[in-house]
Amino acid sequence: MIRITCPFCGERDHSEFSYGGDATVAYPALDAPVEDWNAAVYERRNPRGPHKEYWHHLNGCRSWLVVERDTLTHEVGKVEFAHPGLRESVEGGA
Amino acid sequence: MSHYSVWSVLREGLRGQTGWDRAWRDPEPKPEYDVVIIGGGGHGLATAYYLAKNHGITNVAVVEKGWLGGGNTGRNTTIVRSNYALPVSTQFYEHSVQLWENLSHDLNYNVMFSQRGQLGLFHTPAARDGAAKRVNTMNACGIEASLLNRDQVIRMVPHLDYSENARFPIIGAVLQKRAGTARHDAVAWGFARGADQRGVDILQQTEVTGILREGGKAVGVETSRGTIRAKKVGVAVAGSTGHVMAMAGIERLPIESHKLQAFVSEPLKPLLDFVIGYGAPGAHFYISQSDKGGMVFGGDLDFYNSYAQRGNLPIVQDVAECAMAIMPCLGRVKLLRHWAGIMDMSMDGTHIMSKTPVDKLYMNAGWCYGGFKATPASGWHFADLIANDRPDELTAAFSLDRFERGYAIDEKGMGPTPKLH
Ligand SMILES: Cc1cc2nc3c(=O)[nH]c(=O)nc-3n(C[C@H](O)[C@H](O)[C@H](O)COP(=O)(O)OP(=O)(O)OC[C@H]3O[C@@H](n4cnc5c(N)ncnc54)[C@H](O)[C@@H]3O)c2cc1C
Ligand SMILES: [Zn+2]
Repeated sequence: MIRITCPFCGERDHSEFSYGGDATVAYPALDAPVEDWNAAVYERRNPRGPHKEYWHHLNGCRSWLVVERDTLTHEVGKVEFAHPGLRESVEGGA
Repeated sequence: MSHYSVWSVLREGLRGQTGWDRAWRDPEPKPEYDVVIIGGGGHGLATAYYLAKNHGITNVAVVEKGWLGGGNTGRNTTIVRSNYALPVSTQFYEHSVQLWENLSHDLNYNVMFSQRGQLGLFHTPAARDGAAKRVNTMNACGIEASLLNRDQVIRMVPHLDYSENARFPIIGAVLQKRAGTARHDAVAWGFARGADQRGVDILQQTEVTGILREGGKAVGVETSRGTIRAKKVGVAVAGSTGHVMAMAGIERLPIESHKLQAFVSEPLKPLLDFVIGYGAPGAHFYISQSDKGGMVFGGDLDFYNSYAQRGNLPIVQDVAECAMAIMPCLGRVKLLRHWAGIMDMSMDGTHIMSKTPVDKLYMNAGWCYGGFKATPASGWHFADLIANDRPDELTAAFSLDRFERGYAIDEKGMGPTPKLH
């Protein structure tokens, strides 16, 4: 079982979360050329090793998180809120 | 190399099994080949076989980092069928089923293809409409399939859960009589032996660590046993596609690697003589009984990117629940083993068999849950693509650039989320 330490709820089993895929994908401007949209929608680096990815704490606080995880060893590194405002108010506010 | 027959079995029986020779050689790599295939799974080996058999290209090496059949070929649940909902897919898989039907004879190797029939159950009127459309598409493509009602399914497989409070009430099924299962290792071994007999070098324990390029063209591979030059390079490495293609500078692909688990129970007396599958929101399950008696089954992916060939426990529970929902009689059966393979999940759920941005480099990937059944056709058409440097009619639709052109082949209509296909 992979365990993810949610910055709000603490360490939880990954079965509480829903996987949201590659967190490095950046969507281009609406009028960007089709190649840019193709890259954002369809193309992934899919690395064997460190991967930055979204997880949704669906059966917990329901925040979206950015998790660093190794796709070969499943070791979990840094976890932070995906929403930068939330990151500041929860992590920096206290 | 000897021909296998009833006579050779008798002869060897009489002389104490001393006269069998190796099924394939274990050669030293040559400095150069006409074609190098990366990946000695079923697809890579079948490609080498058909390059030799159909195109007379025999100066070929298959380079495998582990042992033959150690990848998904030897890890899958061996279901073979051609009942897809989109014409390009059902036609491609139908060609595969046709090749399966004669494969043991063609290879002179028993792949134990058993056409026991497959039932795809459905549980809601909407799913029945989808199933009817699938049957009509198949029939329109000249492929036999039929829609069964609940009573017909009860007569064929009486021991599913048909009770009042069944979690997934069975209202009917799609039957493909020619579908079935095959012996997975034998498929790899049979293609390996056939390719080897025609002169192909099979290089096991040889990992590809780089793809050589000169002027935008692939000219060979770097391996753990030295440099091997090649006029053409084909990649058939299933779950490792992203990793290997990056060696040619192709860093981004419409593929994610996910793991899928499979399960086998202790051997039982004959219990199930069909392949059964069903999918409903929140449940996905398929099961058959092996010739040794084990119940062989599986369900969903582990649902996150992974290159680890080991599964996670929440899915074990999930699959067990799916099993109990449809076949409660399995409740006391002990699980013997379970394992995982790395699957190349594509963005539309359909495979990619294509030329690539690098000249003379060809890729065969994105097989998702369904690449075992594709093995013979995959080898057949990939060999054709490599030999002729252009896709044939049946495979043109599976090109890498289909996404950018807006021609995704999304069988389930799930959109660009690989884990959902
Ligand atoms: C649990 C499970 C159940 C499945 N069930 C079914 C099913 O019921 N029906 C069905 O049709 N399909 C099924 N599939 C899918 C099917 O098994 C695969 O799509 C298919 O086997 C892929 O074919 P392959 O022969 O190319 O793969 P593989 O057998 O995985 O071959 C790829 C080979 O490439 C090698 N390789 C990787 N990197 C390198 C490198 N750098 N250098 C050299 N070699 C390398 C690997 O070692 C491996 O042997 C299932 C898959 C899994 C995991
Ligand atoms: Zn939380």
